[in-house]
Amino acid sequence: MHFKTLTSPHVLGETSVGQVMRRVLYAMVPGATALIWFFGWGVLVNLAVATVVALMAEAAMLAVRNKPIATHLADYSAVVTAWLLAVALPPLAPWWMTVIGVLSAIVVAKHLYGGLGYNPFNPAMIGYVVLLISFPREMSSWLIPQGIGQAHALSLIETLQAIFNGLLPDRLAADALTGATPLDALRTQLGLGLAVADIRNSPVFGIVAGSGWEWAASGFLAGGLWLIYTRVAAWQIPAGLLSGLAVISTIFYLIDPQRYAPPWFHLWSGAAIFGAFFIATDPVTASTTPRGRLLYGAGVGVLTYIIRSFGGYPDGVAFAVLLMNIAAPTIDLYTQPKVFGARRG
Amino acid sequence: MSENHYRQILKNGVWTQNTGLVALLGLCPLLATSNSVVNALGLGLATMLVLLLSNVAISLIRNLVRPEVRIPVFVMVIACVVTAVELAMHAFLPALYTVLGIFIPLIVTNCCVIGRAEAFAFKHGVAKSAVDGIATGLGFTLALVLLGALREILGQGTLFAQAELLFGEGGKRLTLHLIDDYRGFLLAILPPGAFIGLGCLIALKNVLDARARRRLEVKPAVALREAGA
Repeated sequence: MHFKTLTSPHVLGETSVGQVMRRVLYAMVPGATALIWFFGWGVLVNLAVATVVALMAEAAMLAVRNKPIATHLADYSAVVTAWLLAVALPPLAPWWMTVIGVLSAIVVAKHLYGGLGYNPFNPAMIGYVVLLISFPREMSSWLIPQGIGQAHALSLIETLQAIFNGLLPDRLAADALTGATPLDALRTQLGLGLAVADIRNSPVFGIVAGSGWEWAASGFLAGGLWLIYTRVAAWQIPAGLLSGLAVISTIFYLIDPQRYAPPWFHLWSGAAIFGAFFIATDPVTASTTPRGRLLYGAGVGVLTYIIRSFGGYPDGVAFAVLLMNIAAPTIDLYTQPKVFGARRG
Repeated sequence: MSENHYRQILKNGVWTQNTGLVALLGLCPLLATSNSVVNALGLGLATMLVLLLSNVAISLIRNLVRPEVRIPVFVMVIACVVTAVELAMHAFLPALYTVLGIFIPLIVTNCCVIGRAEAFAFKHGVAKSAVDGIATGLGFTLALVLLGALREILGQGTLFAQAELLFGEGGKRLTLHLIDDYRGFLLAILPPGAFIGLGCLIALKNVLDARARRRLEVKPAVALREAGA
């Protein structure tokens, strides 16, 4: 006699790699839209170039490694890497920089280490760091946030000209378009001996952090919270990262508010929120135990603050994530949850 | 002592047991000074000279030294030779001496020097030890120069930049600018570039070796088939 077997009532449905990756892409839309609004078409062009190059590189590497190409391309992991890298690039970055970054991420950081699930380092951050230390000048020339439809904004055609031919329209000089990022401005002007309160009056800064930047960060915050609601990302990592960053920046802010920026500025600046929800939560390279995730996140947050305030680069999320990637296996080893019934000690 | 034997020593030093690519000895100078061809060549030649002199010296005294104290004796001999080479470079190539800096005295810590002394020179005659020193040094220089060329081309788009350090004023003409208006790929010049480049060179050598082995395996099979037909 045959009984019909039903699935267990607590099983909600299939979760595939492709579904998780697609949700990450959806969650990036609000933040990416804010970036496109404030920094122009360049962001969109970078996203498109990075996606195409990433898919081609992924297919080529899969072919070389004798893996099924169609199945692996359909899991969207290459697209996620491409998008994570593309939103971190300056909007008018020359096309070959995007290509070099994506190739370092997909070919070197992902496939040479064994492909999806085996890479010890976050591929997108490897791509970003390769570009940052190789082309410091290009990587630090960000557009001044002004938005589409305003006087200085570049049209789509002009943006394509700038990215693919390196030509800026005659009506604009490069100085009128690009400027220091808020973190960069804070850094150089602190170096000149100015106080934080004076620097914050400059037009680069908005309500809590950089004008324009804070909206992009808020967009990523919204998308990130949705990721946590749908359980795609573990809440411990962003919680640990943001509280780690908040605690150490509060301590220094209380010690000397003239020399150290307030905690809300640090939280909403640079890649802190984006990194907390989208970069550090990469399930392959992060810690996997609950307590370990909190520690891992806190480590990234503290390292980010240290690199920003005392290191050689204006933002430190990428370096902090890579450093904690190395530490993740050790953190996992020492934070394994006790099996139920196991003796303490 | 047949000709064959010397050829075997040469092949071992340059290819089969290459210090840089197979034994992975002396990685510190290999990674640190391979940011341009001229630096690499300078340090490679200095190491080769040290290897030749220390191998010959140790081979000469190998019957006088009791085996129990051989290691301290090796260290003394190598230290003397390195000091002599350092002083000579300071006298005749002061510019290159300044660029290479600490890495010239550090040849004394290069494991391949004491390694060859222990593994080869202490057990073989003077002529063989001399050939072994040259072969090992040649292999090390080869790895250094290849890595240096790779990093220099990628990093700044030139080859033999600052050749005057090694070859005098006439060397300036050697410098090649391969790519006009090259922006420079800093990563290749920085330390990570050395590690990535060395990894690629080792991979390349493994591929070449595997291909050679496959050809050797295929040949007997073909011969057998022809014989059967």
